[in-house]
Amino acid sequence: MSASRTIRVEILSRVEGEGALHIHTENGRLEQVQLQIYEPPRLFEALLRGRPLEEVPDITARICGICPVAYQMSSVHALEMALEVTISPEIRQLRRLLYCGEWIESHALHMHLLHAPDFLGYESGIAMAADHPDAVNRGLRLKKHGNQLLEVLGGRAIHPINVAVGGFYRAPRREEFARLIPDFEWGLQAAIEATRWVAGLEFPDFERDYDMVALVHPDEYAFNEGRVVSTRGRDVAVLDYEEHYDEVHVAHSTALHSETLPERRCYHVGPLARLNLSRDRLFPEARRVADEIGFETPCWNPYRSIVARGIELVHAYAEALSILCDYRPFTPSRIAYEYREGEGCAATEAPRGLIYHRYQVDAEGKVQFAKIVPPTSQNQKQIEDDLRAWLPGVLDRPDKEVARMSEELVRNYDPCISCSTHFLKVVRHAR
Amino acid sequence: MSAKPRLGVFKFASCDGCQLSLLDAEDELLAVAGAVDIAFFPEASSRMEPGPYDVALVEGSITTAHDAERIHEVRRESKFLMTIGACATAGGIQALRNWGDSEEFVRAVYAHPEYIQTLATSTAIADHVKVDFELRGCPINHHQLVEVLASLIAGRKPRTPTHAVCLDCKRKGTVCVTVAQGIACLGPVTQSGCDAICPSYDRGCYGCYGPLKQANPTSLADHLVQLNHPPAQLVPLFRSFNGYAEEFRGVGDGMERRMKDEG
Ligand code: SF4
Ligand code: SF4
Repeated sequence: MSASRTIRVEILSRVEGEGALHIHTENGRLEQVQLQIYEPPRLFEALLRGRPLEEVPDITARICGICPVAYQMSSVHALEMALEVTISPEIRQLRRLLYCGEWIESHALHMHLLHAPDFLGYESGIAMAADHPDAVNRGLRLKKHGNQLLEVLGGRAIHPINVAVGGFYRAPRREEFARLIPDFEWGLQAAIEATRWVAGLEFPDFERDYDMVALVHPDEYAFNEGRVVSTRGRDVAVLDYEEHYDEVHVAHSTALHSETLPERRCYHVGPLARLNLSRDRLFPEARRVADEIGFETPCWNPYRSIVARGIELVHAYAEALSILCDYRPFTPSRIAYEYREGEGCAATEAPRGLIYHRYQVDAEGKVQFAKIVPPTSQNQKQIEDDLRAWLPGVLDRPDKEVARMSEELVRNYDPCISCSTHFLKVVRHAR
Repeated sequence: MSAKPRLGVFKFASCDGCQLSLLDAEDELLAVAGAVDIAFFPEASSRMEPGPYDVALVEGSITTAHDAERIHEVRRESKFLMTIGACATAGGIQALRNWGDSEEFVRAVYAHPEYIQTLATSTAIADHVKVDFELRGCPINHHQLVEVLASLIAGRKPRTPTHAVCLDCKRKGTVCVTVAQGIACLGPVTQSGCDAICPSYDRGCYGCYGPLKQANPTSLADHLVQLNHPPAQLVPLFRSFNGYAEEFRGVGDGMERRMKDEG
């Protein structure tokens, strides 16, 4: 008879959404690892069909409450391609600013309240606050600035209302932005301190030969435009994304997994991928702090993603500050367009990695087809692969410890499980 | 049981935005965390304790058979159950499947529909269990959430305003987007809570705080039709994040019937 042990971490806490991890061993050997997500399917790609295209940024925002801007940015860019709309440099700049707000909010939250507790041995950021009040308060304040920027530019922090196909419903007034500047000056310094702080944490010795993929732009740290580039040298236009990356609904598995084509291998998206591919395009403040703390790139240790988030937090503060200071109101805030039959796609960088959208629209301005590939479904296969590589070394430890450590490994990816439009409850097969 | 009220945060089909609002209350978060015992909040803490809970915050709608059972468990374990957000109070945007063929929806999204277990409808929590209080919005307003929690901690009955978004515009001095620009706006029939954000950004309210009770959305719809907004565009406006809430559902369905009758 074979001895089989199943460790179930019923709910992965401190990831957005809910999931369960199944680790199956037989005779002490690792047999199967499954990250099971029991996120009920909300069927966004289906429910978008027939909706007026103007609503797409509002509706897709509701896929994920922690990165709504990523969905809004990807959808408006894809729709603008379908409508043959070219946005103005001013609109483009404001979109970068909006994305900075989301990166700040999301990275500050993940670093301070969700991820750091793992390194310091706390059950939550709230519990950590008792011993590390300064760090937690700094994190909350940094996050708050991100939210305030989203509120001024987007109307509100969660599900902003100001993002439109073609631009913004209203361009902010200069004084609305001016009010934010002192906080952002403080934030830039605080983000640098936060990065130094996380750089001093202790990281498990775990490196992998990742295929990291991110949007790369020749002149800037890519948010909304660029080519899809990998650390293995794959370099493709966004238009060709689907020829090189495929989503698979795997039998007996728990969620859609993205794979590279034709190899059908996993790949890694997120802050480490971006930093490894675009370090030299960071704002000088962020580059300086990366040098100062001796952050080596390429970095293949997923635990160090917390430092990568710190460096990106500095970048987002520095870039936001520069846009806020240079801002002049402009018209039109929104480029007019006419309906036409068309198709468009776009890839942008959500805080947790590459996100891809494609739409078809008809001559009446209605959505005919939608495809949305969130970052977490792209990392899904990679996460399981990491677990498979890592678990054999710790399987002799008690269940509880293995469970905790596995969760920590998963949290490196800041997986927003809700943001996976496809995560599902699957019929499981008993063995 | 500790003296502090025990709080549980539960998620059903949702985007997590409403529960994240609690983490977005940066200034109040640590104070709230000090005044309550956060016994179950998986997105913020690894500590997960069993019930009973004094206060349960429920986010999300019911879309699976498993969740239809789980909500009863949550109800049994909770003294005061409060729904947060449009998903929980009205079924959310995912309730659009209620007008379609949900099996076809699943086929459109998944290569292997046979692996997917989902109900044909997305329904509000109150369709399944008794709800003690509801907080509207997609997402909820975190100031309202903190206020309601403060009332509960103090043993008071929570209250939230029940006037129209429209009134908040008047109060803020926002020029009416319908009168000035002819934009379709649901402000007159949508419940307050957001502080009338959309009109202050030159766009119409799309009703994310849900229908105001005792309002007359049908007459608003008629008025918008007179302003030359085609019914084909008004139906999706009413039928969105709170589209399955009774009052909005009625308007959208009525308009659609008339469109069909008129061919
Ligand atoms: S009501 Fe809106 S914000 Fe709240 S969980 Fe549902 S989709 Fe998200
Ligand atoms: S104005 Fe209407 S749509 Fe806009 S945030 Fe307020 S309730 Fe929601």
